[in-house]
Amino acid sequence: MRPSGSVLLRAQGLGVGYERPLLQGLDLQLVAGRVTTLLGPNGAGKSTVLRALGEPQLRLAGQLWQAPGLALGHLAQAAEGQAELPLCGRELLALTGASADGLPPWLADCLDARLDRLSGGQLQYLRFWSIAAAPFDVLCLDEPGNNLDARGLAALRAWLHTPPAGQAVVLVTHDDSLVDAARQTVIRIAS
Amino acid sequence: MNIDLIFDPLFRLPFLTGLLLAVWLPVLGLYLRLRGEWLAVLGMAQLASAGALGGAVLGLPAVAGGASAGLLAALAKWGLKRPSDSAYAAMLLLGWSAAVAVMSNHPLAEQAAGAVFDGQLYFTGGGHLAASAAVLGIGVLVLVRAHRAMLRARVHPALGPPDAATRLAFDLVAGASVGVAILSLGVMASFALAFVPAWRVFGTAPSWRSALWRAIVIGLVAYVLGFVVALLFDQPFGPAGVVAVLLVARLAPPWRQRADRRAGALSAGGEIGKLD
Repeated sequence: MRPSGSVLLRAQGLGVGYERPLLQGLDLQLVAGRVTTLLGPNGAGKSTVLRALGEPQLRLAGQLWQAPGLALGHLAQAAEGQAELPLCGRELLALTGASADGLPPWLADCLDARLDRLSGGQLQYLRFWSIAAAPFDVLCLDEPGNNLDARGLAALRAWLHTPPAGQAVVLVTHDDSLVDAARQTVIRIAS
Repeated sequence: MNIDLIFDPLFRLPFLTGLLLAVWLPVLGLYLRLRGEWLAVLGMAQLASAGALGGAVLGLPAVAGGASAGLLAALAKWGLKRPSDSAYAAMLLLGWSAAVAVMSNHPLAEQAAGAVFDGQLYFTGGGHLAASAAVLGIGVLVLVRAHRAMLRARVHPALGPPDAATRLAFDLVAGASVGVAILSLGVMASFALAFVPAWRVFGTAPSWRSALWRAIVIGLVAYVLGFVVALLFDQPFGPAGVVAVLLVARLAPPWRQRADRRAGALSAGGEIGKLD
């Protein structure tokens, strides 16, 4: 676990994209215990930024520094791969080394059920938890509020208010209820 | 029908050989299905059968020829630029064409083809048993190392695939296993043991751990049934094995856990709450 307040990742003038740049000139600093939120319209390149932090081939320009031995956890936007898979919630958590401690009670009861028998919201929160409660240093969360009902969103909001001290969080969302400018570093990306 | 044949010491070695493969192939099939590569088993089996027949023409021992051909088939799969069901189907067609061409033009290959296509388990010896034990042992070691990364790549693809060495090790052990299995059980019985139990348990088992056990049980029960029926009715193992796997998998009861129903109830409750 990293000391709270330590810089874990720094990007300067970052350009990301595939064959051509989607986004250029992004400055970013991820600090343990702090949430950095990327806001912007669809297609602005927010999700590509998250991917580019772990995939060098998507970084087309700029410089990126990471703390030595940094472990990146990435929650992708789409929940794929769970259909027709005999895997239960407890096994999903074990795959990333995530602990079930702290899981909301309404999910703790479902840990022995197959993932494809869970509701969309239950599955989404469990996917989020399997990344958030795992021993990663930086958590890249792409639209973690997708499919969550009011109860799930409240639990996610509470978690974002007090993220783990030793982990930096970078959040991509279109859900204003998850954005708290007073507690988070907010970066607005133009189209 | 001679029931005493079942207990004849002559068939102990073949029985053990098949038993090891009946444990291992369903497990291998689960991981291949996890990766969306179930058709690859048949593609590799056909390529390996062509290689094994070629090995027979060159005078190689059958098991060595099969295992080597399986390894080459795995390397061919590994080298595919875009692995897909279409590519595996092309491997299958290519393997079948080569096998039939070799078989039609050389009497030694024609003889070996009987073992590969019919599944002449009852004529296997110590070499087959040793090779089956080796692929089972090495396969378990590879899976102990690769299991977590392979499952994680399916549910969290953004965390990346298993490293290249792990993927290659898995492909090689899969190829060698298929190569050894086709020379003992036959092409289609090997495919059935790798494909059918995994197919059956993917939709019904409540967890990965239970899927593993359930697939093994289906494979073992089906194998013993197929072995006994083929022996009693003086048939090659292949067809009896295939029918037994299909039958046992069909009769295996669905396995739903209480937790599944609870999750469904909670989720339904949530929907009603929202409507209110």
